[in-house]
Amino acid sequence: MATLTYREAIRAALSEEIERDPNVVILGEEVAQFNGAYKVTEGMLEKYGPKRIVDTPISEAGFIGMGIGASMLGIRPVMELMFWSFYSVAFDQIVNNAANVRYMSGGQIACPIVIRGPANGGTNVGATHSHTPENVLAHHPGLKVVVPSNAADAKALMKTAIRDNDPVMFLENTLLYGVPGEVPEGDITLPFGRAAIAREGKDLTIVSYGRCVVHSLAAAEKMKAEKGLDIEVIDLRTIRPLDVATVLKSVAKTHRVLIVEEQRPFCSVGTMLAATIQEEAFDELDAPILRVGTIDAPAIYAPPVEKQFQLPNPERVVAGILKVMR
Amino acid sequence: MSKKPSASADTGAAPAVTPSRPSPHAQAPANAALSAEQKIELYRKMVRIRRFEERCLPVYNAGKIGGFLHLYIGQEAVAVGACSLMGKDDHVITAYRDHGHAIAVGMDTKPLMAELYGKVTGCSKGKGGSMHYFAPDLNYWGGHGIVGGQVPLGTGLAYAVKYQGKKGAAMAFMGDGAVNQGAVHEAYNLAALWDLPVLFVIENNRYSMGTSQERSSAGELAKRAEAYEMKWYVCGGHDIYEVRATLDEALRRAREENKPAVVEIDTYRYRGHSVADPDKTYRDRKEIEDYRNTKDPLQVFQNQLVLENVLTDALITEIDTAARAEADRAVEFAEASPFPTAEDIQKDVYWETDQPQRTSEGRIFFNSVE
Ligand SMILES: Cc1ncc(C[n+]2csc(CCOP(=O)(O)OP(=O)(O)O)c2C)c(N)n1
Ligand SMILES: [Mg+2]
Repeated sequence: MATLTYREAIRAALSEEIERDPNVVILGEEVAQFNGAYKVTEGMLEKYGPKRIVDTPISEAGFIGMGIGASMLGIRPVMELMFWSFYSVAFDQIVNNAANVRYMSGGQIACPIVIRGPANGGTNVGATHSHTPENVLAHHPGLKVVVPSNAADAKALMKTAIRDNDPVMFLENTLLYGVPGEVPEGDITLPFGRAAIAREGKDLTIVSYGRCVVHSLAAAEKMKAEKGLDIEVIDLRTIRPLDVATVLKSVAKTHRVLIVEEQRPFCSVGTMLAATIQEEAFDELDAPILRVGTIDAPAIYAPPVEKQFQLPNPERVVAGILKVMR
Repeated sequence: MSKKPSASADTGAAPAVTPSRPSPHAQAPANAALSAEQKIELYRKMVRIRRFEERCLPVYNAGKIGGFLHLYIGQEAVAVGACSLMGKDDHVITAYRDHGHAIAVGMDTKPLMAELYGKVTGCSKGKGGSMHYFAPDLNYWGGHGIVGGQVPLGTGLAYAVKYQGKKGAAMAFMGDGAVNQGAVHEAYNLAALWDLPVLFVIENNRYSMGTSQERSSAGELAKRAEAYEMKWYVCGGHDIYEVRATLDEALRRAREENKPAVVEIDTYRYRGHSVADPDKTYRDRKEIEDYRNTKDPLQVFQNQLVLENVLTDALITEIDTAARAEADRAVEFAEASPFPTAEDIQKDVYWETDQPQRTSEGRIFFNSVE
C-alpha cells in the first residue's frame, strides 16, 4: 500500500498505462506544458514527451471528435476535459459519434476512447462550471460512465477504462483531487459494475457514488453515535454498468433506502435507481425511497449557500436519513 | 467528333453531351498512368452507382425504404475519382449522401440495398440505414448523419495514421453546407496546427437542402483554408480526370509531407436533397437540365473514353446492362432477406457485450417491462 492523493492515483494509472501500451496518448487543454489545469498530468510531458502528452487548442468538439476518429483506428486516446462542464460543446461528438458509431456500423467499429475530467460543484465557480452530467451520459447506450469516490478506486478504474474497448466517460472531482488514500501497489484493475460496500449496516441503505459517498459516510457515523443506527453505504463506482444486484441485496437486508447524489432530482441517476428498486424489490421496502440531491436550480455562486444548501452535505444526508427512518 | 454513344449514360431522355474537346486533364500523371482496363473500371463504377440509386427510387416509392434517401446522382465522378486514388493506408469518411463513396471503395451493392430495406444482411445489419453505411475493412468509416460531425473523425483517422508512422492520408468529405459548422473549423485548425495528413473535400453541389451557397456562406468556401495557412484547391467535379488530377496532388502532399488541404469540388445533384424533397422552390428546372446536358459526369467520361478508343458502343451497352442487372439482383437480395430480430436490437451497442464473455459486471442495459 502507498498513500496517494486521488490526483496522484489517477496520474499513476495514466503513467502505467502509457508505459504499458504505445497506443495510449493523453490529449487535452493544458495537459502538457502547463502540467494540467488541476495538475493531474503534472510531470508527464517531461517524462513521456510530446508525442504521448499533447496540448490541444480550446476546441472540445474538434479534439474529442479527433480522438474518437483516432480510436476507431486503434489509438487509445485519454482526453482531458478541463471541466466536464465543457462537454456541452463536444456533445454531438460524444453522443452521436462515440456512442453510436459501433451500433450504426452493425458492430464493425470499436471506439476505445476515455474522456476524463472533473465534474462537480462546490467550488463556487458558478453554473457554467459545475455540471455533473453522469446521468446525461449514462442515458446513452454505447457509453460507460465511471465516477470514483477515492484514490484506490480512481487508479484501478482508470486502468480498466483505458483497457476497455468501449468509450468510457470518467468523471472526477476537484474536491477529491487532494484527498489521500491507501492505494494498493502494482497493476490492479477493478471491473466496471462492481459496487463497494463502503460501510456495512442493517437499518438503512444509502446508495451513493463519487464525493457523496464521503458525505454519506460522515452522516452514517453521526447517526451511529447519536441514534445507534447502523447504516449501510453503497458506493456504486460506476453508473453504467450499474451494480443493481448489490443494491437489491442491501435493500433486502435493510428495507429502507436513501439515495445521495450530486444531481438535480429531475431525471437523475437516483431517479433511475429508485425506479429500479421499486420495480424489482417493492415488497422489501418498509418506507418510500427518498433522495438527497442538488437543489433544483443552476449552480449558485454564493459560496456558503452552495455548500450549505444547494449541494448534498452530511447535514442534509442526516435529515434525509431521519426522514426515511420516521 | 466522336460517334454518338448508343446508350445515354444519364437517365431517360437527357440529350447526350457532345464533347467539344478532350479532357485537359487526361495527361495529368494520375490519369496518364491508367490502363484501359482501369479507365473502364472507373466508368463502370460510376454507372453502377447511378443504376443502383435509380433502382432505389421505385423501391422507396413502394414504401420499402424508410426514412431519408439522399441520392448522389450527378456527383458520381467525385467519389469514384477520389476513392480510386486510395492506397492501403488511406481512409475515407463522408456525410449521409454516402452511397456513391460506398460503391466507390468497393462495397458490394447487395448489402447496400439490404441496408436500405433495414434487413439484417445489410452492411450495418439494418442498424444504420441509408445515411450510415460503413466498411472499415475497406477503410470506409461512414456514413454520418450530423452535418459536419464526421469532419473531426476524419481528422482523427489522419492523426492515427501519422501516430502509427504510416504513409497514408484521410479524406473527409462534406457538403457545401457543412463548411459553416464549428466542428469543421476546429478540425481545420487541428489539422493545420499539427500537420495531419487529411484532405477536407467539399462536394459543392451548390445547395444545402433548399439553401443555395450564396444564401448560406460568406466568401469562397475553400478559401477559408487560408485562415489556417492550408493549401486549397477548387476543381470541377464533372470530369473524373480533373478530380483525380487535383486529389492526386493533394494526397501526395498529405502522405509525403503531412500537409492537410481543403479541396472544393464543384458538382451538382440532379435529385432533390432527399427523395422527400419536391425540389420546386429553390432552383430552376433549367439549371438542372443545363448541368445534365453539358456536364453529366458519366456522359463526359463516356465521351472521353470513346474519344480515347477505350470504350466502344458494345461495351457501353454491356456495362449499362450489367449495372441494371446488378441493381435488380441487389433488390432481389434485399427482398429475400430477413429483418433483424427484437434480440438484435441490443447487439452491437457495446464492444464488450458482443464478446462471448463480459469483462464488466452489473447491469448494462436497462429495459422497461416487456
Ligand atoms: C447538425 C445538423 N443540422 C441540420 C441537419 C439537417 N440537414 C441534413 S442535410 C442538410 C443540408 C446539408 O447540405 P450540404 O452540406 O451542402 O450537403 P448535401 O446535402 O448538399 O450533400 C441539412 C440542413 C443535420 N443533419 N445535421
Ligand atoms: Mg450541398
